[in-house]
Amino acid sequence: MTETNAAAIGAARETQADRRRALLWQIVDDYSLILIFIALFAVLSLTVQYFFSWDNVVGLALSVSQIGMVACTMMFCLASRDFDLSVGSTVAFAGVMCAIVSNATGSVVLGIGASLVAGALIGAVNGVVIAKLKINALITTLATMEIVRGLAFITSQGQAVGVTSEAFFTLGALELFGLPVPVWITLACFVVFGVLLNKTIYGRNTLAIGGNPDAARLAGVAVDRVRIAIFLIQGVVAALAGIILASRMTSGQPNAGEGFELNVISACVLGGVSLMGGRATISGVLVGVLIMGTVQNAMSLMNIDAFYQYLVRGAILLIAVLVDQLKNRRQSR
Amino acid sequence: MNTTTIAPRLEFRHIGKTFPGVRALGDVGFSVRAGSVHGLLGENGAGKSTMMKILGGEYIPDEGEVAIDGQAMQFRSAADAIAAGVAVIHQELQYVPELSVMENLLLGRLPTRFGMVDRRKALAWTREKLNALGVDLDPRARLKSLSIGQRQMVEIVKAILRDAKILALDEPTSSLSHRETEVLFRLVNDLRAQGKAMIYISHRLDEIFELCDAATIFRDGRKVADFDTLEGVTRETLVQRMVGRDIGDIFGYKPREHGAVRLAVKGVTGRAVPQPVDFEVKAGEIVGFFGLVGAGRSEIMRVVYGADRRLSGEVSVDGHPVKGSHIRDAIRNGLVFCPEDRKEEGIIGVRSVAENINISARRNHLTAGLFVNDRNEARTADTFIERLRIRTPHRRQEIRLLSGGNQQKAVLSRWLAEKDLRVLIVDEPTRGIDVGAKNEIYNVLYELAGRGVAVVMISSELPEVLGVSDRVIAMCRGRITAQFNRGEANEENVLAAALPEGASATPMRNA
Repeated sequence: MTETNAAAIGAARETQADRRRALLWQIVDDYSLILIFIALFAVLSLTVQYFFSWDNVVGLALSVSQIGMVACTMMFCLASRDFDLSVGSTVAFAGVMCAIVSNATGSVVLGIGASLVAGALIGAVNGVVIAKLKINALITTLATMEIVRGLAFITSQGQAVGVTSEAFFTLGALELFGLPVPVWITLACFVVFGVLLNKTIYGRNTLAIGGNPDAARLAGVAVDRVRIAIFLIQGVVAALAGIILASRMTSGQPNAGEGFELNVISACVLGGVSLMGGRATISGVLVGVLIMGTVQNAMSLMNIDAFYQYLVRGAILLIAVLVDQLKNRRQSR
Repeated sequence: MNTTTIAPRLEFRHIGKTFPGVRALGDVGFSVRAGSVHGLLGENGAGKSTMMKILGGEYIPDEGEVAIDGQAMQFRSAADAIAAGVAVIHQELQYVPELSVMENLLLGRLPTRFGMVDRRKALAWTREKLNALGVDLDPRARLKSLSIGQRQMVEIVKAILRDAKILALDEPTSSLSHRETEVLFRLVNDLRAQGKAMIYISHRLDEIFELCDAATIFRDGRKVADFDTLEGVTRETLVQRMVGRDIGDIFGYKPREHGAVRLAVKGVTGRAVPQPVDFEVKAGEIVGFFGLVGAGRSEIMRVVYGADRRLSGEVSVDGHPVKGSHIRDAIRNGLVFCPEDRKEEGIIGVRSVAENINISARRNHLTAGLFVNDRNEARTADTFIERLRIRTPHRRQEIRLLSGGNQQKAVLSRWLAEKDLRVLIVDEPTRGIDVGAKNEIYNVLYELAGRGVAVVMISSELPEVLGVSDRVIAMCRGRITAQFNRGEANEENVLAAALPEGASATPMRNA
């Protein structure tokens, strides 16, 4: 009798412990990324010299500003179960375009405008080919990646195009309230796209399409229109990133942004955006971008050879995907 | 008791299996002798397919066991079942479409010579085996170039070549032509003569009488009848035991007033609907579409809704024409559709119940015409969760974690949230759903019809069609073959209109 009682109490205690453990897991699950980032930041602040200083943190933010703004739109792309490899080439082409048009017309505004229009066109072509002609996004954007890179080399004749206008450099160098303009633009992107994702039909439909494109279509979602919009906006934002990069480098360079698309996708995946579509959070992407930037920054401060930085970046990405996979497996049980 | 009996080739002992929210099988047992064909009957959702998946090692039973030759087996995987000589041929066939008949049959054990595939040897071997079985197939034909029936034949041959001693066929004839059915029957008879134990699942009672030595009937996950012989058993007896209750009861039908014509479909064709189709549905009317798999019911409705391209013809709602191939125009006109394949086309699995409910009617309640009103959406979701009794821990639960019936109710809610709903088309709304949830879904349909919505219900369950509809339309091979008002329709005449000439309406033997 006493034995069974003891057993019963033991069992009750166990379930309570189980429940506490489950709750803890839930919290770790929900905030795992942010916790990892905070831990990373704390450890680096304590161990790496010069890391924890305002100048370094601003430098870090500036270094990830291009990746950050394109990650916002890449999040939409991945969330809708698509893919875009062409953003790196668009960055380069937009920079070259901006420099050439600015020099030719003497107007920076016209240069910027032309670049943005070019970016929109590239995005629209991607979107229409993928949505209407039903060609796989990976293949389509692999093709446009090559084509646009080629256009960048052809228009610049393979040379960096220096910009003569002084006004153009201020875009990348100007500081407002202690932060450089590119950082402000990136922050604005996070706010705008965060609202778009969470608060508009466009955002909800993006997630629905990624979750199940057929079901979304039958439920009355304008699937093609949303997909084209996603790529078009992505083209514009990539062009914006290209303009800012060109401004910081004081020239449009046709070989700029190589590997950029993979860094952006890595940051998104690190931020918990599912490659299977349907799952994405703006806070996750922000943290993903920051983790990438922080690791890179710390490695530079520690004078780690740039060659090794590739290894570290790859390893981080693999671990992130693995963690995500394990999380999914546990949930589906 | 005092006579020693030989153990049956296959025996199910007290099998029980529960899925979240559904008791699929409870204490079910029956046995199959070597050299016999055992019919398995029951309505959809009665548990036949679950039983076959247990036999095939795909599901592990919660209770009971499968015994072969008196020996209890513990199948942990499909490979275990195959190793024990069991072959289950499902409705969805498993083959490699790009490979040839020969390669499919020899998959994983192609003969090699110096490390290369020995095609000549493989070809000779395949020819010999096919000839021995009397199956007329070109070993080099790719599977995707064959008819469904021929592919099925390949699947059966594959099972035989693996030396399966137990063969289960799940609705093998549902997509076979008359000639293919004959070949299949001959094969089954040969296998019986060779001493195989076979389970044969079919909705076509004529086939059961033609082929089977014995039969077992399932209803709602339980065994309700066992027949050691079908000698002297009538069709009526089988149907009565399958349905097992007064149909009127679970359907709870009450007559309603019907208004003017709401949905008019005239001469509509599509790629999968070659012959023009016409029909009308009145306000407040529920029209049931019955037909065999492949009769063209879903295909025509998909064209009407705009999910598939409309090649010709007109669709109108209350006299307003609906643009072809344009889902959003259909929705604007109050014409909506719930697809057959809930998982593939209905739900968005990784999103929440609330998201799934709000996806379609969202545009009707935005803040400032732009921003999603979360509070409004939460209220809508909670309303439907309560009203349709959607069993979910909370509205933020990912919908894929819900049971099929609750998913279906959420998909229906999507359209109920639509203010100006005029025509609702539901395709197999109760497939794979337990009886309680079925009843709740019928009530939703009645309520909508009561509000004047024109309802079209496609179903393969004849009792359901008869129990719920005000009018029944039978389809066969892409054409509407008959219409019956409630009262005129019965199992016999609806089934007769839905069956292709000579397939089953006339006894196979004389055909």
